[in-house]
Amino acid sequence: MITQELSPVTGVRQLADTVFVCSVRSPRIASEVKPGQFVNILIEQTTDPLLRRPFSVYRVDGDRIEIIFNVVGRGTALMSHKGPGDTLDILGPLGVPYSFLDESFSTALLVAGGLGVAPMPLSTGFLKSRGKKVVTFLGARTASAVLPHHLENLQVATDDGTMGFRGNVVELLGSVWKSHTYVKPKIFACGPTAMLRGLAAFAVKQDIPCEVSLEGPMACGIGICQGCPVELVGEEKKFALMCKDGPTFDVRKIRF
Amino acid sequence: MAKTAFTLAGLTLKNRVLVASGTYGYGDDTLDLADPAKLGGIVTKSLSMKPRAGNPPPRIVETSSGMLNSIGLANIGVMKFIEEKLPVLRGLSTAIIANIAASSIDEYCQVLEVLNEQEGVDGFEINVSCPNVREGGLNFGTSCPMVSEITARLRKLTRKPLIIKLTPNVTHISEFARAAQDAGADAVSVINTLIGMAINIHTRRPMLATTTGGLSGPAIKPVALAKVYEASRAVKIPVIGIGGIMNANDAIEFLIAGASAVQVGTANFVDPAAGIKIAEGMNTFCDENRIEDIGSLVGSLVTTGNVSVVDSWL
Ligand SMILES: Cc1cc2nc3c(=O)[nH]c(=O)nc-3n(C[C@H](O)[C@H](O)[C@H](O)COP(=O)(O)OP(=O)(O)OC[C@H]3O[C@@H](n4cnc5c(N)ncnc54)[C@H](O)[C@@H]3O)c2cc1C
Ligand SMILES: Cc1cc2nc3c(=O)[nH]c(=O)nc-3n(C[C@H](O)[C@H](O)[C@H](O)COP(=O)(O)O)c2cc1C
Ligand code: FES
Repeated sequence: MITQELSPVTGVRQLADTVFVCSVRSPRIASEVKPGQFVNILIEQTTDPLLRRPFSVYRVDGDRIEIIFNVVGRGTALMSHKGPGDTLDILGPLGVPYSFLDESFSTALLVAGGLGVAPMPLSTGFLKSRGKKVVTFLGARTASAVLPHHLENLQVATDDGTMGFRGNVVELLGSVWKSHTYVKPKIFACGPTAMLRGLAAFAVKQDIPCEVSLEGPMACGIGICQGCPVELVGEEKKFALMCKDGPTFDVRKIRF
Repeated sequence: MAKTAFTLAGLTLKNRVLVASGTYGYGDDTLDLADPAKLGGIVTKSLSMKPRAGNPPPRIVETSSGMLNSIGLANIGVMKFIEEKLPVLRGLSTAIIANIAASSIDEYCQVLEVLNEQEGVDGFEINVSCPNVREGGLNFGTSCPMVSEITARLRKLTRKPLIIKLTPNVTHISEFARAAQDAGADAVSVINTLIGMAINIHTRRPMLATTTGGLSGPAIKPVALAKVYEASRAVKIPVIGIGGIMNANDAIEFLIAGASAVQVGTANFVDPAAGIKIAEGMNTFCDENRIEDIGSLVGSLVTTGNVSVVDSWL
């Protein structure tokens, strides 16, 4: 069930240059959220910024949830200055989680680019508790932007080669794919749209099941504005809603 | 506690706050978050005869104290609405106003006729801000003769409350309000979104796939208030005020300007319980100010000694 929780901030810590982790006490959301779901946060009670901002749930710790975020605009800048004593109005958990209960796979290949790492720690914990094998491929611009925390069997790619493989994370996966045989693999990914497109092409070509978590403009996050369409392949209803039918989608079912 | 109920052409609303079309889905997505029984009513997403997919993304962008949208009247179509949504809505104890959008007068009539027979549909709001396919894409809502004709044709088909929702993208909204009144409308809703635009300066591309879109939210409130003031002075039928209402004070401003009721739109995206909080806040205002009937606020603007720019149009 979706709830609206006035959540006290318990802390905001800086992880990298523009990357922060915000923890809040949200007992109801913490107890219900599944990996891949997101929350919609009203950062300020102002008219500018006006709308909520969507974020994946990074980790759950008892009655607290954690959000990892990059400062890209006004909302995220304001959130980076929050601390104990502040409260955030949070709607969640929202959207459809990754289909980790799918019995057809036994190795989860988690593929993340940049802040696309956000849903992966929660995913990793969930998958391990269900006896799935987890291998993680993480792409970043440069070594200082790599966020390697709370992940399993990590392989890193950096654009400038300062850490791990030089190149993007899809190229890394491609190079590893040739020499590895994963038992019943399935890809679960999150990251910039361009990366997800490249990954989807790879997955289709190699015939690997693949689910991606998409990102795009949202207003309500709960299906009442119709603002977040995702084009469906060969369906009568041409669009799905990213917030309600996603943000996780089987790449074979969408055009993005 | 102040008297809050309001009767519109025989339909009694619990209070004067409704949620606006396109900003509350079909009323069934928010049941966990807000109790619709505390609202005066729900206006549904615009319904057309056939389902409409709507425009490609991006469909929304936030702007200064507002947002632009180009949803393109995406909706499930009237038949699916009746099958899937109406049974749920019938169970809610609030008024259900079906909003209708169409690309021809015949289509408006068809959709209304189908809905008119349905138990649970308490009234109609007609969105005339859609392109008229026959007239080459021109909006119905920007032509006074068209608004008259649509209203007159629909009036013959229903005895339920008939509300015409006007667009602000005209020079004198009062003329359109009068046209709707004279053709038999029970009320007018003022306003729909204003045409607006936003550009990404790095790519030089518009932020919306449709280039321009509809502006809503607090940014449009002053415009909406002036339009409500203008329309309400031109007609005897009730005016329903819409545009940027975020809290009870905003809603009360609309009543004072001449609105008999209000609709809350964009605020629902920020807080799905916004409408309820606004209705409660209006009660508190009345209690604090010893106002016995919220209705006494309607059109109570004090202008002694002022010169009104709007009056020169009327
Ligand atoms: C389902 C979902 C989950 C998300 N999860 C996360 C998450 O876990 N962590 C996270 O940091 N972000 C996440 N995002 C993106 C996040 O919502 C945006 O970064 C945020 O809304 C930006 O708000 P702002 O007010 O700071 O920026 P705005 O003021 O709204 O935008 C400022 C500028 O930043 C640009 N911008 C907006 N979003 C992004 C973006 N994602 N990346 C780069 N530039 C952007 C805008 O185009 C604009 O030019 C998620 C988005 C979705 C839809
Ligand atoms: C995302 C969105 C979708 C809308 N869809 C409709 C619609 O389908 N039919 C309609 O008559 N008005 C529609 N509107 C207009 C609103 O009902 C309302 O008139 C307008 O947004 C101004 O009010 P606000 O500032 O409170 O949002 C829509 C507005 C928004 C923001
Ligand atoms: S963000 Fe409003 S419907 Fe998806």
